[in-house]
Parts: sequence; structure tokens; C-alpha cells
Amino acid sequence: MNKKIKISQSAASVITAFVGVAVLMIVFSIMNPNFIKGDSLMALLRSIVPFLLVGIGQAYVCITGNIDLSIGSVLGMSAMISATMMCKGFSPVVAVIVTFVCCMAVGLLNGILVGKFKLPPFIGTLGTMTIARGIAQLANNNYNTDNIGSEGAAQMFKDVLYYGKTLGIFNGVWIALIVWFIFFYILTYTRSGRHIYAIGSNVDAARLSGVDVFMATTKAYMVSAFCAFLTGLITMAQSGMGSMDAGMSYEMYAVAAAVIGGVSTLGGSGLLVGVIAGAAVWAILQSGLTFAHVPVAYRNIVIGVIVVICVLFDVIRRNGKHPLKSDKDNKAEAKKENAAG
Amino acid sequence: MSEYAVSMEHITKTFPGVKALDDVQLHLRTGEVMALLGENGAGKSTLMKILSGVYTRDSGEVEIFGHKVEGDLNTRQAQDLGVAIIHQELNMCQHLTVANNMFLGRELIKGGRLDTAEMNRQAREELAKLGITDLDPDTIVGDLPVGRQQMVEIAKALLVNAKVLVMDEPSSALSNAEIEEMFRIVKELRSQGCAIVYISHRLQELHHIVDSVTIMRDGQYITEGKFEDFTMDEIIANMVGREITNQFPRDTVPRGKKVLEVKNLCAGRAVKNVSFEAYEGEVLGFSGLVGAGRTETMRAIFGADPKDSGEILLDGKALKINSPADAIRQGIVLAPEDRKKDGLCTKLSIRDNIALPNLDLICNQIGTVNRSKENDMIEKGKSSLTIKMANADVEAGSLSGGNQQKVVVAKWLARNSRVVIFDEPTRGIDVAAKVEIYQIINQLKKDGIVVIIVSSEMPEVMGISDRILVMCNGRITGEVDPRGTTEQEIMTYATQFGSNEY
Repeated sequence: MNKKIKISQSAASVITAFVGVAVLMIVFSIMNPNFIKGDSLMALLRSIVPFLLVGIGQAYVCITGNIDLSIGSVLGMSAMISATMMCKGFSPVVAVIVTFVCCMAVGLLNGILVGKFKLPPFIGTLGTMTIARGIAQLANNNYNTDNIGSEGAAQMFKDVLYYGKTLGIFNGVWIALIVWFIFFYILTYTRSGRHIYAIGSNVDAARLSGVDVFMATTKAYMVSAFCAFLTGLITMAQSGMGSMDAGMSYEMYAVAAAVIGGVSTLGGSGLLVGVIAGAAVWAILQSGLTFAHVPVAYRNIVIGVIVVICVLFDVIRRNGKHPLKSDKDNKAEAKKENAAG
Repeated sequence: MSEYAVSMEHITKTFPGVKALDDVQLHLRTGEVMALLGENGAGKSTLMKILSGVYTRDSGEVEIFGHKVEGDLNTRQAQDLGVAIIHQELNMCQHLTVANNMFLGRELIKGGRLDTAEMNRQAREELAKLGITDLDPDTIVGDLPVGRQQMVEIAKALLVNAKVLVMDEPSSALSNAEIEEMFRIVKELRSQGCAIVYISHRLQELHHIVDSVTIMRDGQYITEGKFEDFTMDEIIANMVGREITNQFPRDTVPRGKKVLEVKNLCAGRAVKNVSFEAYEGEVLGFSGLVGAGRTETMRAIFGADPKDSGEILLDGKALKINSPADAIRQGIVLAPEDRKKDGLCTKLSIRDNIALPNLDLICNQIGTVNRSKENDMIEKGKSSLTIKMANADVEAGSLSGGNQQKVVVAKWLARNSRVVIFDEPTRGIDVAAKVEIYQIINQLKKDGIVVIIVSSEMPEVMGISDRILVMCNGRITGEVDPRGTTEQEIMTYATQFGSNEY
């Protein structure tokens, strides 16, 4: 028997991502020691939150083998609807409930379009992305909202979601951790989680094993919508108002957090623990490059390149080809594998 | 100059694990239609793919119109030498016009623009040579009936001066009138000096057009000769003729009560009015040629494909089955034919694969998987089928074919199902693994479970079944007792395309 401990590819990707986090932390703190001083470290931790949350949602959808481009717009919807209602005098509780229903409806719609009517997920969610952005703009008649104020319930809303601390750590971080844990549990230890992996790995085999593909797809999109909803509330709490541009490009950040964390965009594999590292890499790069006075344009290029490389490696790995070996070697290897099979 | 249009000698081709062709020969004369015959998996398609350059041969000589092919033949060279294949599944761009399709990849250009008028003119001319004058080259291909599309494909081949035409099951999707037209065109081509290889399972239609036959079996050349020198019985005997060895441990159990009854099942084109019954303590085999509708029948029963009409009764009670989940819940399970495509989530672990259809048995109310119950289930599956694995958490895709198949089977052993359907349970796995799967089938039978097995391997279906139903063209055409039948008898039923056909 082979005694060597063999770790799965998913686990390897996660470890790689965490190594990336460590390297980035070291590099940036050498460049600027203030980077890891107490307050900025706390702020850095908090800046991971939105990326982590949307990353969780996108990871769920990616594991089913689909993609959700509507995340950013649903986030915007969440910020705009909740802020508009609170400005109009509704209590935060009512505002949050209405917002929740609206956001989940988009998730459900995505599930129906992709899971039931088999729309290509890229196109289907591109459509809902545009619709949701339109709704966000419509919420306050094509204007950003006023400030929700800093009295009573409104201030409490802002503190609970963003400004307050519990045990010395910002509340947002706690919220993200709790949400992460719940979705980690569902994905790893429950029937629904198994179904999500199964349809991403082989949708035909899953269906023939009695998996309800529509339900599993819809669940993933609902998780994604929920994460976007929550991130929207946190974003709104941070700025104290609803901005029509809230969540712009967040679908990309979500993909980045997921794929850097080792989630396969081709479906069937990925661990939610990796998304923590993926979100951290993105957040550290953002603030690290800001600390280093790198213009925004370069940051975009850097993150784009990282995402493309991550996906490229994933696709190459899936095709069973080693990127740095010649075609002939690859063929010979594939032959060997077939012969063994 | 050799007398043959095509001559292939000592062709050998090995795929990993299988010798697909072993010292095969083929001789095709100009102006001749040759039938290439053999059972499923005899190597006909492989041989034709070598001729057309899709596969490269391991050894042997190929000569086309006296031109000796040195080294590997690629598809382009084969085309240049005049070889064209009309595939069973037509390779047409359904949204383009007839002329677009015929000129695909070598469009005519005039002044930097597509010369549509000239292409249409040449297309019309080429079709006219086939005697087709009522087809506008501007028609969208997808709007044409299948028979017409096939004509377009033939015309397309002739446009590049194809002299050797390989037709792989050309009649399988055609109506009688279309078949008649196709025969007319084949004869026309023959009179123009084309050489034609005609592959078909419909032995009854051969006498209309065929001049000579070549028969293959299990990757080997068996015989060739003039068509009129063979009787139909001789042809069938040459196709199947092999000894049945007793590698099939059949246990006989007294037949019990009726469990499953299927009444007048229709599903799409492939399943036409299928009715049968299955009993406790018996293994019911389904035999037939590829495309006879066996897999489709099983998929329709299991709810994997939609049914048009028909009833499924389990223990006398009518079942409503709209999805595999419905079937599984009510006690009917299916281990599908293509394990890579339908059977396994290869990226997931063995554990996840075995547990996947059985999560309802090992989850609590809120859906959390009970790890210890799951481990018990995996252990049970592992021990009843000796699956060789380091541990249950390795990727299912990393196992050998035989062990993958065992995982597919093990998935369904954890449940107390009433009916277990195996579709090609031993395809591509070694003999030892096969025997293990046969033993599982026997065990299920002894436990009073109805086992249905679909198999294209004649010895297997005859060796393991207690009763065999033969299908052809979507219908059940015969029922035989495997203890008192011959492969010839089954083959006769399997090629019974109906009295109104060729």
C-alpha cells in the first residue's frame, strides 16, 4: 500500500490559496509596516467581509457547474430597497423583510431559468443581472437615497451590521463567519450539499440517481441571492445610504474569491474554506496596493490576470493535460491511464 | 494497377486493453456494392474509420486505387484519394442551406465575396446527377426530412469526387419510400463506377443492392465472397458463430409471483408499444442490436426519458413515474449503460457516489448526513463487491473500469428495491469483474428481486438470463428460453424489421 498521504486536488488548491494570503501579507507588511498595525489590520479584516459573502454565493453556484452574474445587481437592489424604505420611515425590520423577499425572488428566477428551462447560465443570469440593476435604479426613482440618519433604529442598523464591535472584532466579521459556517455545514454535511456537488460533477448521473436537478440548482441560486442580499445590507449600513451603483462588478469579485479559493468553474469540486482565502487575497491586494499607492486601473489588471490564471489552471487540470508538457507526453499519459482502466 | 478500388491487408488496431482489429482484410472492386457485416463490436466501424483516416492503423497495408498508402493516413489524404463516409448520424449544419453545407470549408469566392449563385448552380448540378431535380439548393437543411439530408450528404461527397463511398447504417433512420430512393441512388452511383461499402444490420434488405459481402466477427476477418453464394443462414452463422463457454454461473431459482408489468409502453421513436412481465426469482434478459430500443425502454420505465403512453405496474399497482426519483422511491432502479456519462460522478469520491441515491436512508430530518450510517453503507457495498480502493474518499474517476462499474452497481444494493435494471453491466470490464457482477445478479435473484439485464453480448445474455426478450426497431419481436435457443434464433428475431419492410 502506498503510505504517502495523498491530498485531494481541492485541498491542494485551498492550501495554495492560503499560502498566497501569507505571502501577500508578508510582502505588503515589508513594503509598509503600518499595514499590519492593529487598526488597519482590523479594517482589513472587515474589508474581507463583502468578498467572502458574495464568494460563498458564487461558490455554491459554481459547484453546481453554473455561474451567477446577477450577484452584484442583487446586492445593489438590496442596498437600494432597504435604504429607500428606511428613508420613507419604515422600520429596519420591515425594510429588511421586504428586501429579503425581493432578492430571493431573483434567486428563484435564476433557478427557474437555469434549472427548469435550461437557459445557458451565463446568458440567463446576464438577463437577471440587468433586470435587478434596473429595479435597484427604480427603487428611489433613479436617485441615490438620502442618508438613513443616525438616530434610534437606523443607527442600530448601522452598528449591528457594520460599525459596532463584539469582543473587539467588527460585527460584520462575525456575521460573515456565522453565515460561512452555516453554508459550510450545509454544503459539507447535508443531503442538499451532496446534491449540489453531484449535479456539478455529472448532471446526468445525478438525475439517474434520483437527484432533483431543478431543486438543487435553485437552492444554489437562492444561497447566492441570500449572500448578495446580506452584503447589500452591510454595504448600505456602511455608507448609511442607498447608492444605485452599489455592488457594481461584485459578480466578478465573487468569481475571483471562489476561483482563487480553488472552486472549479466547471462544477463538482471546491471547498468553502478556500473561499475565505480567496476573499482574503482579493481584499489584501486591494488595500495593499492602495497602501502602496498603485492606481486603481492596475489593481483591476492584477486581479483580472489572477482570475484568468486560476481558471486556466483549473480547466487544464480538468482536461487531464499538464500545461508545461508537450502534447505527446500528455497523450502517452492519457494512454497509460486508459490502459489501467 | 490493381483490380481493386480498395484493398486492405493484415490490418491490426489495438485500443488500450482491447484488440479491435486483428489481421483483417477487405477487398472492394470498382462498380460494386459490398455489404460489410458483423455483430455489434465486430470492428466494422473501426475498419472504416481506418480507411477514412479517422484512426491510424497499427500495422497492415492499405491501397486505394492502386496507390499504396505509406505511413499514417489522415482524413485529408483519404478525402483526396476519393474516400468518403456517410455517417449514421448525419454531419450537417442544420441551420445552413443545402448549398452551404455541400461547399462547407471550400466555399467558392469571387472578388472577395462568396459566389452563392455559382455554388447553388454546382450544387443543383451535382444533385441532378443523382436524379434529384426537385430540391432547391437554397433550402435550409434542417427543414428537410432525414432521407433528403442523406442525399445532400452523398451529393456533398460526390462534389469532391468521392469514388469510394462508405455508408454506415444508412437505412436505419429512413422510411420505406426513402429507402427505396436511396437504393436507386446507390445503384446509380454503382453504374457511374463508384465503389460502395454498405454497412447494415437489416439483412433482409441486402439482396436489393449488394454484390458481395465481407463478414467480420470479434475484430477478425471471417469470410468474403459473392452475395449470391451465401444463404441468409450462412451469413448469420458466420456473423455469430462462436462457442458458448460456461463462464456464467447461473443459479436456478423457482420462479415466483409476477412483480413488474409493463403495458403498451411508447416513448419517442425508439420504443413502440412494448409490453412485458417480469417475475420474482428470474433474470429477464433483453437482447437485440444496437439501436433496437432496449436502453430507451429501460430509461422510459425508470423515468429518465419521458413516456408517450403506457402503464407500469409493480405488484399489480399502477405507478406514476415522471422522474428517476419517483422510480427509485417506488422500488425500481437502473444501473445505466454508459458509466462515465450516466453512472458516476467521476470527480466525487467513491463514498459520495455510493451514498448519492441513498441519502434519504442516512439523513436525519433536517438533512444532515449520518456519518456512521454512511460508513456502514459503504462497508456493505465494499464487501459484497470487492472494490479495490485505498479508501472510500478517493475520486471515483481514478478507479479502473471494472471497479468503477462495481461502484455503479454498489450504489443500488443499499436499497431494498423490487426491480433492478442493469444496462450493459459488463461493458469494457475484465472477466474477473464480470463474474463478480454475475454473482451479484444471482444473489439479487435469490433474494426475490426482479433483475432485468440489457446486454449486447450474446453469450452473456444467454448465459445469465432465465428468459430473453428480443427487441428490434423499438418492438419486442421474440421471446426465447436461453437454455433451448441458439444465437442464430436470437439474431433472426433481432433483425425482424417487420413484414412491410425490406
